[in-house]
Amino acid sequence: MKKWLAITRGHPISNYFFILPALGMFLTFSLYPYFDVFRLSVLSWDGIALSKQFVGLANYTDILFNNESWWISFRNAGYITILALTFQNGLALVLAWLVDRGARGAQAYRSIYFLPPIISGIVVGLIWYWILQPDYGLFNSLLSQLGLERWQRAWLNDPDTALTTLAMIHMWRGFGWGFIILLAGLQGISRDLYEAARVDGAGEWRIFWKVTVPLMVPVFVLVSVLTILGTMQIYDIVITTTKGGPGYHTEVPMKRIIDEITSARLGYACAQGVVFGMILFFVSIVQIQLSKRAKVD
Amino acid sequence: MKMWFSHVALFALIALSLGTSCQRSGGKKADSLIVWHWMTDREEALLELAKQYKEQTGMDVQFQLYAPSDTYTQKVRIGAQTESLPDIYGILAEARDLASFIKAGHVANLTASLGEGKDSWKSRFYTEALNTSYFEKGNRYEVSPGYYGIPIDVTTIPMILNRPLFRKAGLNPDKPPKTWDEFIAIGKKLQAAGVTGFVSGWGETWLIFSLATDLAHNLMGAPKVMDTFRGTVPYTDPDWVKLLEAFEKIEKSGIADQSLVTLDNKNSEKKFASERAAMTLNGSWCVNVYAGMNPNLDYAPFPPPALNPKNSRPVWGGAGSVFHVNDKSPHKENAIQFLKWLTDTPQASFLVKKTLNLPSVKNLGKDISPQLNAFSELMENSIHPNRFSFSEDPRVIETLTKGIQSILIGEKTPQQVAKDTAETKEKVLQNKL
Repeated sequence: MKKWLAITRGHPISNYFFILPALGMFLTFSLYPYFDVFRLSVLSWDGIALSKQFVGLANYTDILFNNESWWISFRNAGYITILALTFQNGLALVLAWLVDRGARGAQAYRSIYFLPPIISGIVVGLIWYWILQPDYGLFNSLLSQLGLERWQRAWLNDPDTALTTLAMIHMWRGFGWGFIILLAGLQGISRDLYEAARVDGAGEWRIFWKVTVPLMVPVFVLVSVLTILGTMQIYDIVITTTKGGPGYHTEVPMKRIIDEITSARLGYACAQGVVFGMILFFVSIVQIQLSKRAKVD
Repeated sequence: MKMWFSHVALFALIALSLGTSCQRSGGKKADSLIVWHWMTDREEALLELAKQYKEQTGMDVQFQLYAPSDTYTQKVRIGAQTESLPDIYGILAEARDLASFIKAGHVANLTASLGEGKDSWKSRFYTEALNTSYFEKGNRYEVSPGYYGIPIDVTTIPMILNRPLFRKAGLNPDKPPKTWDEFIAIGKKLQAAGVTGFVSGWGETWLIFSLATDLAHNLMGAPKVMDTFRGTVPYTDPDWVKLLEAFEKIEKSGIADQSLVTLDNKNSEKKFASERAAMTLNGSWCVNVYAGMNPNLDYAPFPPPALNPKNSRPVWGGAGSVFHVNDKSPHKENAIQFLKWLTDTPQASFLVKKTLNLPSVKNLGKDISPQLNAFSELMENSIHPNRFSFSEDPRVIETLTKGIQSILIGEKTPQQVAKDTAETKEKVLQNKL
C-alpha cells in the first residue's frame, strides 16, 4: 500500500484522478446517451414495453421518404433561421457597431438589448401570445389607435402571417445574444488599425468593409453557427403561442420529435433526432468552411 | 495526505449524489407511500387527505405534484424506463399505452382487491369510470383481463352555453341547439348581437378529436366509427366528409373566436369565463375553473348538437383521474389500502366538495352542486377512447385534427382533409413502424 502511494503521489498518473469525476460524468450523461440514441433509432419501441423490435433502417427511410410533416417542420424552422441569420444578426451588428462607436447611452443599451435573451422562452411566448391576441391584444389595439384597422388580423392564426410572426418573436428574443458577441468582437479590434486607416484617408464605410468586416469573420462564423443551431431547435415559443398550428404552418422539428415520444414511438423519435443532428452538423461544417474560404479571400 | 483525503471525499460526494438521484422513487420506509400526480387543482385537497390518513393510520403519504400534464407524462415514462416509479401514480394515456405499462410489470391488477358483490370495493364505483382501466378477456393488447386502475373522479366534455349572453341575443338559454344547423343559426344570432358565438381551445387538437368522435358516433354509430379505425371504412366515406363539413360550417358562418385554432384550453376558459363568448366545448373540470375565474358565471352544459337528429348525442366522458398501483412496489398492499380509504364515502365526498369534480364513486348525489349535477347527467351517454374496441393511430388522429384546423381557417376543403386522412391511414396500415 505504501509502495503504491509512493508511486502515485509523485507520479503524473495521479493528475488524472483530478479529471476522473468530470470524465465520468461526461461519459455517463453525454457520450452514453449520444450513442444510445443510435441504438434506439433502429428499434420499433414505445419506450415502455419490454419487447423491442429491430427494424434496421426502416425508421430512417420512413423519415427521409414518407414523412411529409417532418420536412414541412424543417422548412418552417429553416425559414425562421434564414430570417434570424439576416435580419436578427444584421440588426445586432448595426446596434453593436453603434454602441462600439460610443453612441450616447451605450451602457444602457447594452443592458436593455440583453434583457430578452435572459427571459425564459416560455415567458416570452406567453407575453407575445397575449400581445398578439386578435380581439383584446395590445398590438391590434395599437394599430387601431393609429388608424390602421385594415392591418389588424389574427397574427398567430392566419396561415399567411403565423410563421413570420413566430420568427419575429424568436428574433426579438434572440438578437441580444448576437449583439453581445458581436460587440465583444468589435471591441477586440485594435483602435490603432482604425487610426491608421483614417491617416491613410479611408472613410468610415471603407474602414468598416476593409478593416472591421475581415477581422470580424471568426465572430460572424460563431454567431451564424449559434444562430442556426439555436433557431433550428426552436420549441418553447412555438408551444406557448401556436402549438404548431394552424394546421402544420408552424410545426418545427423539435416539436415533431417530442410529439413522436408522447405518441409512444420512441425509436422513431430517436431516428428523427439523429437525422436532425446530422443535418445541423453538416450545415454547421459547411458554414465554417465557407467562412474560412471567405477569410482567406 | 490531505489532498488524498479531499479526493476520496470528492468521490464519495459524487457517488452519494448519483446514488440519491438514481434511487427508486417509491416510499423507502414501510410506513410511507409516494404518489405522483399532475392535478394542480386537487393538490390542496389531496394533501389534506394525506394528513388525515397519517393521523388515522400512521402511514405517511407523500403526494408529489408534477405539472403541466405533458411534463408529467414524460416524468412517468422516464420513471418506467428507469424503474423508479412511485407506489401510486397516474398514466395520462390511452389504453394502448396503459397496456404497455401493464405488460412491462409497472401496473398491478386490482381485480382481486376490488372483489365482487354489493359490499365490495368495486361496487362503490360507476361502471363507466372503472371500465376506463379495464381489459376484457381476449383484448387486442394481449393484457391479462382485469381492472388496472382506481378512478378518483370522472369528466364529461360537453358544449356549454352562457345564459345571460343567450338572453342578450334574444335566445332562450333553456333551449340549447339540438342540431348542428341550429347551433350555426344560434351562433349567427349571437354574432349579430355583438357576441362571439363559439370559443374552444382547439389549439389543443385532442379537444377537436373529442368533438369529432362525438359527432361521428352521432352521425354513423359506433360500429362504423370502429370500422373506420380498423381500416375497413375509409375516411373518404360520405359520412366522414359530412362530419368535416360541420367544421366548414363554423368557418363559413364566422361564429367562432378568431384565435380558435391556436387557442389553448386555459385561454379559452378565460374567454368564456369573462363572457367574451356565448358557447364553448369544455370538460366538467371547468366548474372548478370557472368558479375561480368568475364565481357569478351563469352557464349550462348540453350535448354536442346532432348531425343526425335521429340518433343519440353522445358526450366524450366517463374517464377522469385514475391512480394505478406500481406492481413492483414493495408496499403494494399498503398502496391498495390507501386507495380503498381514499375512495371511501367520506373521503370521496370531501374531494367532490373541495375540488368540484364529478365523483367516480356512487351515492354522493347530495354532495354535488346543481351545476356539477348537470354535467353528471351527461355521463349516461358518454363515449371514451379507452372504452373503444379499437384505438385510432395517433398519426391518423393528427392528420384528421390538423386537417380540421385547416378547414377552420378556410385553407382546405372537407374533401381534401378526408383524402389526406385516408392516405395517412393507408400508410399506417401498410407501415408497421
